Amino acid sequence: MKTLLLLVLLGLATFAWASEDNYSFADPAQRATFLRLTENLRCPMCQNQNIADSNAMISHDMRRKVYNLLQEGKSEQEVINYMKQRYGDFVYYNPPVNSATVWLWAIPILFVFVGLGVMFLRKRRQVDEDITDKLAQADKLLEQEK
Amino acid sequence: MKKPLLFAIPLALFAVLVVFLFQGLFSNPRELDSQVTGQTLPAFELPDLMEPTTIYTPDSLKGQVSILNVWGVWCVTCAVELPYLTHLKENEKVNFVGLYFDQDLDPEFGTKTLQRVQQEVVSMLGRFGNPYSYHIFDVYRDLSMDLGVRGAPEHFLIDHNGIIRMHHVGDINEQVWQQKIAPVYRQLEAEMRSEISTKGVS
Repeated sequence: MKTLLLLVLLGLATFAWASEDNYSFADPAQRATFLRLTENLRCPMCQNQNIADSNAMISHDMRRKVYNLLQEGKSEQEVINYMKQRYGDFVYYNPPVNSATVWLWAIPILFVFVGLGVMFLRKRRQVDEDITDKLAQADKLLEQEK
Repeated sequence: MKKPLLFAIPLALFAVLVVFLFQGLFSNPRELDSQVTGQTLPAFELPDLMEPTTIYTPDSLKGQVSILNVWGVWCVTCAVELPYLTHLKENEKVNFVGLYFDQDLDPEFGTKTLQRVQQEVVSMLGRFGNPYSYHIFDVYRDLSMDLGVRGAPEHFLIDHNGIIRMHHVGDINEQVWQQKIAPVYRQLEAEMRSEISTKGVS
């Protein structure tokens, strides 16, 4: 009888994990954190997929790790740091600003400023040219009048 | 004065673009900065794959230069590199240690028995050659995660003090060995010899 009970319980235990990633959370806020994290952590194996979408073994393992870390009471930032410590900045879809990545923000702004500068210079030159042209034309007309 | 500049600026920009894209041709998008190079092995306590009563810790890898090779029977590239690794072990006395993990063995399922895994490993090594001194069995793939392993095969060069000196993602073939790994491996061996000889003198 005891063996039977044990078997049934073991069977139930397997069922809990049978459907993939059927992680249960006591706290809905924690579930939201889990979903947010798996959406924003990047699968290191695949070129551009988050670990929520990816079916690679590593993503599987990382989802499990995120779940376990959250269950241990780790904060969202601690989980991110845990992953960054192992897989580098690559693993998080929000890159830090450093000497290599600052260009991501700087280039669009520089582009706008350069464009504005070019526009401004060209306009001023055109105005100058227009006036001298017109003056020359006026002078010509005056000459003809005489 | 204005005309040459008008010609030179786009040319310079084009040249920069060409250099940038040309480099891209030879860069490997899968190459990531390893976070563990230069550090000691993360703490672990894992069994031998063949004799689970033997337990390995980071100290087990100290005392000699080794290449920790992450592999599994389910990994095709690993099967391809096995004969060459065996050649390196036999002819160049390279010390390989396997870090084995099983793909199907989802820790929560635990469907495969250890005997089954052992059988698979033995039959695979029998077919392609066995370069390994022993295998550390990463049951829950925790050590792999601590090492930043993304898949197999991956290789870690570990010096005699147990410090990871190189993380190589992908297989080892003749070209990779000669150009990338052998120089570092020999240097680590030389470091160990010189350290031992200085200790012997003092």
